[in-house]
Amino acid sequence: MDVNVEAKRILAVSISKLYASRTQRGGLRLHRSLLLSLVMRSARDIYHSSRESEAPIAAAPEEPMDTSSRAEEQTQLPEPESEPQPVANGAEAASEVSDSREEESDGETTEDKENVSPTRQSRKRRGKASAAPDFLPSKRARLEPGEERYAAPLGSCRTMAGESLTTLSLNRVIPAF
Amino acid sequence: TFLQPPRGCDMQWCFSQVKGAIDDDVAEADIISTVEFNHTGELLATGDKGGRVVIFQQEIENKNYPQLRSEYNVYSTFQSHEPEFDYLKSLEIEEKINKIRWLPQKNAAQFLLSTNDKTIKLWKISERDRRADGYNLKEEDGRYKDPNSITSLRVPVLIPMDLMVEASPRRVFANAHTYHINSVSVNSDHETYLSADDLRINLWNLEITDRSFNIVDIKPANMEELTEVITASEFHPNQCNTFVFSSSKGTIRLCDMRASALCDKHSKLFEEPENPSNRSFFSEIISSISDVKFSHNGQYMMTRDYLSVKIWDLKMENRPVETYQVHEYLRSKLCSLYENDCIFDKFECCWNGNDSVVMTGSYNNFFRMFDREHRRDVTLEASRENSKPLQVLKPRKVCTGGKRKKDEISVDSLDFNKKILHTAWHPLDNIIAVATTNNLYIFQDKLTG
Repeated sequence: MDVNVEAKRILAVSISKLYASRTQRGGLRLHRSLLLSLVMRSARDIYHSSRESEAPIAAAPEEPMDTSSRAEEQTQLPEPESEPQPVANGAEAASEVSDSREEESDGETTEDKENVSPTRQSRKRRGKASAAPDFLPSKRARLEPGEERYAAPLGSCRTMAGESLTTLSLNRVIPAF
Repeated sequence: TFLQPPRGCDMQWCFSQVKGAIDDDVAEADIISTVEFNHTGELLATGDKGGRVVIFQQEIENKNYPQLRSEYNVYSTFQSHEPEFDYLKSLEIEEKINKIRWLPQKNAAQFLLSTNDKTIKLWKISERDRRADGYNLKEEDGRYKDPNSITSLRVPVLIPMDLMVEASPRRVFANAHTYHINSVSVNSDHETYLSADDLRINLWNLEITDRSFNIVDIKPANMEELTEVITASEFHPNQCNTFVFSSSKGTIRLCDMRASALCDKHSKLFEEPENPSNRSFFSEIISSISDVKFSHNGQYMMTRDYLSVKIWDLKMENRPVETYQVHEYLRSKLCSLYENDCIFDKFECCWNGNDSVVMTGSYNNFFRMFDREHRRDVTLEASRENSKPLQVLKPRKVCTGGKRKKDEISVDSLDFNKKILHTAWHPLDNIIAVATTNNLYIFQDKLTG
């Protein structure tokens, strides 16, 4: 469990570093970006393998569906610097999404699927491996005034099957250079 | 002549000078980014983040302190690189000097290569201590004389003047690197040099600026498959066909330019298998090699990774012959060092003149020396508190756990903003130059004074 917490923290820190490196003088540094992505990959692998083992048990208690409890969780997160804060917010929101999806797959007999609210209607593939990791930032990280945050920001753009969200973002780090 | 100094760590090191601003508020442009002695040790060059090069010259003798042979004074200062903008990529190109390498002296002038991320420049530093006097057509101040007033003809003479040191850019080697240049190295043939960026190494002729040969290219066809980058490269000190390059994966490849035009296939691959018990999230980062240096005799090379210095025998590829721990107590702090970015710091390393001692920097303005012959090491500190002339430096010790003894400093008290990344050792004498963030410290040994 500790490893999982550490992995999540490392992922959040890494993403904030990646974002910060885009505005660095001299442009993206290939070496640094590569090292960041390697750390993220290790942390992601640890994170996924530990989530797979604990998810069935944790699905129920980990459901912060109402805004009040979500706000509570956000303030409890450690804030080492200002940048990771939007990441953490997105992390919490995204964990909501993944948990809600898990709930769906666990089988809801009473819910009217036709009239489900947009936040629960995700075109992402179900399954634990491709569940949106909760360390990924949502669009809130770059939010313009008046813009709305979507529950699955990148999922609707994906056309590739068989790739998790994180694989996509990690591999895209380098070519973006 | 080559001085035979006593053993490295039996030596007592004393303070000689410190260069740079005193105040704690460091201007970013003043951050020292490279330090290099020339081949005789008479000149010491530094480059900084603001693109400037400052060259110090060794004084012959100081009357007040005759035993002080390491007095260096400013010889020349010039702006080597300016900030540039790449319009195609909308990227700013930093003016920070990444490396300076001296050319061996051929005539009265001195030459050095200085490089930023994208452009290498050859600078000529020459002295002028005479000027012409007695022109026929011009006055002293340069105004032209009235031709009618000239009644006789004379030969202008050279008269002494105050020494003036001029730096002029003789060659600009540009537009050959897509990625950021990390190394330049002058070949022992004195005609060519290499420049290395993250993915490619180019071979240049010092006279020719409009073309270079690509000798190493590790760029994958698909950048998504990128797994390692080049971190440093150097020519062998006396075999002009041989060079090495280190990688972010902790490997070193030795290449022979006679084997093929493109040296993608190495002649030797130096790699030490990782200790599985040390595996962590940050294993890849800390195994990345930040510097590689051949020994002066050309039989060994030294590599620096985040926590250690390794000496490799060029004849043995499967493991280093010596490994020295620089600051092993940081291994348990890697997560914090990742968060504060220190884990990305690129420390350099250097050999002394007879390859018996190696030196590298650490945090808290500490630097470490490892005496290979006597298996001894010492930690010293560059600080203004120990800066009386010829004051002997006291060895420092980091307390790694348990009860802290007097004079020891605990790991948590170390100042990670005070890092020594660049050090240089005089090629013929026991004089060292150690760069803190914006100050240059010069130390000499006491015994052979």
